[in-house]
Amino acid sequence: MQMNGLRNFIDKIKPTFSEGGKFPWLSATFGGFETFAFTPNKVTKSGAHVRDAVDMKRAMITVVIALIPALLFGMWNVGYQTSCALMAQGGEAFSFLYCFWFGFLRLVPMIAVSYIVGLGIEFTFAQIRGHEVYEGYLVSGFIIPMIVPVTTPLWQLALAVAFAVIIGKEVFGGTGMNFLNPALVARAFLFFSYPTHMSGDKVWIANDLWGSDALTGATPMGELATGGNPSASLLDMVIGTIPGCTCETSFIAIALGALILLISGIASWRTMLAVFVGGGAMGLLFNAIGANAYMQLPFYYHFVMGGFAFGAVFMATDPVTSAQTNCGKWIYGLLIGAFAVLLRVLNPAYPEGMMLAILLMNCFAPIIDHCVIARNIKMRQRRAEAGKEVKA
Amino acid sequence: MSKIFTTPLAKNNPITVQVLGICSCLAVTAQLKPAFVMALSVTVVVALANLIISCLRNTIPPRIRIIVQLVVVSALVILVNQVLMAFVYDVSKQLSVYVGLIITNCIVMGRLEAFAMSRKPMESLLDGIGNGLGYGVILVILGFVRELFGSGTLWGYPVMEKLGLYNIGYENNGLVIMAPMALILVGVIIWIQRTKDKDLQED
Repeated sequence: MQMNGLRNFIDKIKPTFSEGGKFPWLSATFGGFETFAFTPNKVTKSGAHVRDAVDMKRAMITVVIALIPALLFGMWNVGYQTSCALMAQGGEAFSFLYCFWFGFLRLVPMIAVSYIVGLGIEFTFAQIRGHEVYEGYLVSGFIIPMIVPVTTPLWQLALAVAFAVIIGKEVFGGTGMNFLNPALVARAFLFFSYPTHMSGDKVWIANDLWGSDALTGATPMGELATGGNPSASLLDMVIGTIPGCTCETSFIAIALGALILLISGIASWRTMLAVFVGGGAMGLLFNAIGANAYMQLPFYYHFVMGGFAFGAVFMATDPVTSAQTNCGKWIYGLLIGAFAVLLRVLNPAYPEGMMLAILLMNCFAPIIDHCVIARNIKMRQRRAEAGKEVKA
Repeated sequence: MSKIFTTPLAKNNPITVQVLGICSCLAVTAQLKPAFVMALSVTVVVALANLIISCLRNTIPPRIRIIVQLVVVSALVILVNQVLMAFVYDVSKQLSVYVGLIITNCIVMGRLEAFAMSRKPMESLLDGIGNGLGYGVILVILGFVRELFGSGTLWGYPVMEKLGLYNIGYENNGLVIMAPMALILVGVIIWIQRTKDKDLQED
């Protein structure tokens, strides 16, 4: 009944925003909200086409659902880390629920800023260019607050989102045309613009509910980059009770998301697996060299530290910016994993190599595809010519 | 005549339309002052080189014209460099090799080949000034934006500090100081220019 009411209301106000109505210039904005509520009833008029219940909106929503375990865990962990740090100073521990509430209050403003700024820009561009609003930002806007430190000032987050949407996406023609992952562009912008807020040991743990003051606490990778050994155990890293970017610490929560993505067929298992294989192989290579403590670190530690798992599951598999061919996905994924570990171990200036590795391979994805396709064409041509010779 | 002067400022801008001189435009625009001095130096060199080559154009044997052009440009660049060292030593230090590299700036050689070799001296002088200023405008815009948001100053004057922005949590943007941001900003200028000027849009 309620749905009918909404449908009737939308139909009633629709002429106002169509050609000849009062606000025809707002038609894109209107369309954005209309298709958010209902599946569009337009179909292609001519030619062969396949109809599938999974359109872009549904695919995006599935990714958002897959992100929820990591988000919920991240919320709790934000509170838990503050609680632990305060306890070390002689304060009282938070209860389980308060940990969660604390993280919820820290993260909701970040998500709100990300969506308001990002969608605002998307709607503006759709309006100017006269096309409908695409759903691409639903996922990017959700991911951005999850991959930055909890103490990132909101105005910096807003600036990074604006940069990512405009320079990372709209310049190239909007959703589907971008060659870099917008969420990673936002993170890279923050990383290079405000490095003191993005790395070190004074950014990962919020001091109180408001503001960007931080308590001291290093991530395992931060400790390794400065020549020490991680103080957290492997089990802590798998569960995710370590300082880090808000929602990327828990391997288990991310694995749950990966399962959702793989079962629904939204993300490519080839890319995902290839990233881990590539990272593992590079880790083993460093184990074999073993020149310093970081190189001697067992290779599987790389999977559970920092953003490796999150990047492999949610960022490398982005259908727009990853390689499209099956063979290309293997090459693309293997190189992401290998470069991520390479950067981590060999370059102390960039403790986290995953972001840069994915962005680098985003740039190379089109040429990987080109080579794979060119090789395939050449192979088939040779086969065809060989067939001709046999016949002759 | 006036068109010769005005087209390089916008419609045929050396940086945003011909995409020449990008290298120095990334290197010297982190601050406004060196960007301005560089813009001025290039303008002087292009204008005078254009004038001299145009005067000599009928006497230069075509086969060695590049060498002749280079000699003229080098002489002018050395003069400019000496003047800079004498009067604005600190900026000259900041610009370092980039003053010398004006010799290889594509805009200079490009204008000599494309314009001065076949036009009268007055026209060539105007064309040189126009191209130099077209280059300079972009450099000054970049220098302005990058110094303001990267260092929080303008021509060395602490604007952001005087506005009291640091007290309310504002911070300088480290990315703006880096060369990639200069390239992105040039891209944004090209984007705006092509949106406004339909003639420049390519299919």
